[in-house]
Amino acid sequence: MSDKTPSHPAPAAKRNLLKQLDLDTRLLGMIGAFLVVCLVFNVWTDGRFLTPRNIFNLTIQTVSVAIMATGMVFVIVTRHIDLSVGALLATCTAVMAMMQTRWLPGVLGLEIGSPLIPWITIGLGLITGAVIGAAQGWLIGYRGIPAFIVTLGGLLIWRNVAWYLTDGQTIGPLDDTYILFGGITGTLGWGLSWIVGALAALAAAAGIWSARRARVAHEFPVKPLWAEAVVIALTIGAILGFVAVLNAYELPSRVVARDFAAYGCASPDNCNVAYGIPYSVLLLIAVAVIMTIVATRTRLGRYIFATGGNPDAASLSGINTRLLTVKIFAIVGVLCALGGVVASARLGYHTNDIGTLDELRVIAAAVIGGTALSGGIGTIYGAIFGALIMQSLQSGMAMVGVDAPYQNIVVGAVLVFAVWVDIEYRKRTGAK
Amino acid sequence: MTTPLVQMKNISLSFGGVRAVDDVSIDLYPGEVVGLLGHNGAGKSTLIKILSGAYKADSGEIWINGKKCEINSPRDARANSIETIYQTLALADNLDAASNLFLGRELTTAMGFVNDSKQEAETRKIMARLNPNFKKLKEPVSALSGGQRQSVAIARAVYFKAQVLIMDEPTAALGVHETKMVADLITELKKQGLGIFLISHDTREMMELCDRVSVMKNGQVVGTERVEDVTEDDILSMIIMGKNPKAAA
Repeated sequence: MSDKTPSHPAPAAKRNLLKQLDLDTRLLGMIGAFLVVCLVFNVWTDGRFLTPRNIFNLTIQTVSVAIMATGMVFVIVTRHIDLSVGALLATCTAVMAMMQTRWLPGVLGLEIGSPLIPWITIGLGLITGAVIGAAQGWLIGYRGIPAFIVTLGGLLIWRNVAWYLTDGQTIGPLDDTYILFGGITGTLGWGLSWIVGALAALAAAAGIWSARRARVAHEFPVKPLWAEAVVIALTIGAILGFVAVLNAYELPSRVVARDFAAYGCASPDNCNVAYGIPYSVLLLIAVAVIMTIVATRTRLGRYIFATGGNPDAASLSGINTRLLTVKIFAIVGVLCALGGVVASARLGYHTNDIGTLDELRVIAAAVIGGTALSGGIGTIYGAIFGALIMQSLQSGMAMVGVDAPYQNIVVGAVLVFAVWVDIEYRKRTGAK
Repeated sequence: MTTPLVQMKNISLSFGGVRAVDDVSIDLYPGEVVGLLGHNGAGKSTLIKILSGAYKADSGEIWINGKKCEINSPRDARANSIETIYQTLALADNLDAASNLFLGRELTTAMGFVNDSKQEAETRKIMARLNPNFKKLKEPVSALSGGQRQSVAIARAVYFKAQVLIMDEPTAALGVHETKMVADLITELKKQGLGIFLISHDTREMMELCDRVSVMKNGQVVGTERVEDVTEDDILSMIIMGKNPKAAA
């Protein structure tokens, strides 16, 4: 090769600080918006909003919608829509609730409380979601029925299948192990939370560093070392800070006092037990990591984004866009079932109205998180932030005591405003 | 006589009641550029889409390198070293150059993940050859100029070592300089022994670049002539009249 490119192009002197850090401005914007919402409510509620207790609750309330929103990103990126997620969640939780309280004990003769019950239940719930999602995807991909129609029909069908399965009754109480996924009873506790937090921080740092090494190996430009260090430090700080907040929320002392020996204390006095990271949050983090890897590192993800950007180009490149549609909706189905596990476990029951209007929350979360309805653009972390922002608004207003109609008016206005800001941002940066 | 790279024999395809391609036979030899000319709707694009796997013919046969082939999908065409540069370029605007170049044929790591850094490195290499001014490797191709987008589409065909290259109006959206670049590239690829089907409305350009031209009208081939045997006027009258003046004479 005669025209060798310089291995480390000197950074242009004019580049400003932010540019050198090479942070995702969209992510920064979302974090900024989230912080503004938090600070405003914190002032408004005289400091009650940003307490470990409220942050803990906010987190576990967000999980179910956030899990589904990661799947909605794929759907919207490929220019489809899924209006059936809330109803699908209800059917999945109805199946899972009936399974663990009636069918498994009744038909298979498993005793209530058997350690097999929660896992069989969850497994079948996930399969239910996958099959229903795949069936809807098949109608959309292979039969050419618009996703709007298929999932609008699905909304009515699955909402009422759930009703039919349970006779409209509240089903419960649910299995003790199962409800650990709800988040209140199922947390890692102080020590394990720190260990998980430390491991996550290490993994994140290692990930950033190995990405840099790969770029250096290929002689691509990299950001300066100090900038990389700042990014790693910020990431580690965010992870450990989050763990510290969740660990700062402690079980009420009278709960601990009732059974202090079980928490490893000699006496009920000064026996402080931290909640730590809820299992449901771990589940969400696992979903987020897997979905992000799928979106950015696998062929499936590449094809999803290519199809969203230009469906014709995708099929001319030999991508089976029909099968892709089936896969995407099956993924959403599985995520609805997972969201259903968390939602019903948090309540401790399957209720007939579980997941009602979740389709709108999920779509709003994805869209506030920067997923473009025109297709081809969207991120998993954005959808999760979108869900978090929506939930913060909702519960913040509830804490302040805003009347229910005003709450919904504000949420609706924020949705429209967020999308407008996003469109303006894209115009400025020249992205599509 | 060498075996033709491509022989399309008695190809027909109807959409509804319309015979878009009607019993067309056409062939292509190594190191040859064959031009397809004709009005809009004459069936040129449909014909080459059959070869590139986007459409499936109702009847007829496709022979590649003297062997009969079934081309039912773009994947089949690519497996037979047939690459197509579409008029629309067929790029996913939201993805960067490397992702487009390798779309459908991603380079993967041992773990099966898409190897983005390898793809970017390969893209840098081929772009250094095709279009040394090409620098925007990280940006979505929607941010590129027409010529740069064109070079991504061309790089895709060249990288995968096409034997047969189909170019549908490759210069329609380009400036003078970029048109020259494409013309030079066609000449170079031809020297390397590729066979090229070229579709264009620009008869003068076709006379310069092609070895033979086939004129289509109403789904049929009006005539195929070596360019040195005809004048531009002959070709124009074939396009307009739908008759081969030489055959009539």
